[in-house]
Amino acid sequence: MSIRHHLSDPLLIAYAAGNLPEAFGLVVATHISMCDTCRAQLAAFEALGGAVIEGEAVALADGALAAAMARLEVPEVAKPLAMLKLKHNDLPAPLLDYIGGGLAEVKWRSLGMGVRQAILPTTKGATARLLYIPAGQAVPDHGHCGTELTLVLRGAFRDATDRFGPGDVEIATEELEHTPVAEAGEACICLAATDAPLRFSALIPRLLQPLFRI
Amino acid sequence: MRRGMDNKVIENVTETDFTALMLAVRDRQDKAAFAALFQHFAPRVKGFLMKSGTDAALAEDCAQDVMAVLWNKAALYDPARASVATWVFTIARNRRIDIARKARRPEPEALDWGETEPDQADVYEAGQETARLVAAMANLPEKQRVLIQRAYYGELSHSEIAAETGLPLGTIKSRIRLALDRLRQSMS
Repeated sequence: MSIRHHLSDPLLIAYAAGNLPEAFGLVVATHISMCDTCRAQLAAFEALGGAVIEGEAVALADGALAAAMARLEVPEVAKPLAMLKLKHNDLPAPLLDYIGGGLAEVKWRSLGMGVRQAILPTTKGATARLLYIPAGQAVPDHGHCGTELTLVLRGAFRDATDRFGPGDVEIATEELEHTPVAEAGEACICLAATDAPLRFSALIPRLLQPLFRI
Repeated sequence: MRRGMDNKVIENVTETDFTALMLAVRDRQDKAAFAALFQHFAPRVKGFLMKSGTDAALAEDCAQDVMAVLWNKAALYDPARASVATWVFTIARNRRIDIARKARRPEPEALDWGETEPDQADVYEAGQETARLVAAMANLPEKQRVLIQRAYYGELSHSEIAAETGLPLGTIKSRIRLALDRLRQSMS
């Protein structure tokens, strides 16, 4: 897999700081599961966090050490991480958690024209969904009120800016009005997260929007 | 001043010493080493949580929790990949997410680093990284340093965070990247 479109530093810093909405955090965690470049960059930003806390000492109450010592348990033995590899390993681990299984377990809803989506459960502030776009099919023209992250899991799509293949993430902001088209040959499956509703240019999708929460 | 494993007074504790203390906790459940780590890091965790908007009482309680996690999960500490300060930061950050939004916390797929001996050059480099970054941050213009701190306290959204930190993070990224390449090769 050769990934060409990576997460931005501000997104990685916000994730390292624990300050991304859950839906964005899911996209970041899933991309990092597929991308060692961003995994290493995240480690660097976590190291920066280590330096930030060095500057901020506030004395604890007397007896804090004794209280903490009383909480110490028998240390856990390191768990074999290989156990995390479930039988449904056709998707990265963070997504398996949210779907409750692999691609076969996704509960799709039709959006028409063969396009399907499945909303994933996250807290308010941003929404995450899986999108299934049949080969050669377009997602209706849309702009964005906030930020939209789209991570390709299967297949590929193109829009006016570039081609996005497996592992690539497109970071779309308000300026981008685009029509992603799935490449011929294979359906494109994406994980997308937005922190504001999309703006569709055509009337029909706009009427459907409240219905489908896209 | 604080007392170390042998009850000798330790001054100017460097990052490398923290690594040694952490390994004493990990490998020997050394409570004196834990106490020395607690003296240094617990007030910093409390300070970080308070700067991030947690009230003092909760921050105090969470700082103790964070240090208990450091002990309980010590087996997961790998000195070739992160300094103790970095590791403490990630535990504190996770705790902060848990108390702030009671949401799930999506984490990247865990890697199985196996039983391989940590690369000693990597252990040394990781041990130095916090001190180097602290020094580099001190040299930043005040305004820029404050922006970085605010990003880590959770005061800035991703769209408000500057793309450039002005800090030498490339060496850390390279070290981790090389370790990941070695791991992928050994897996294939």
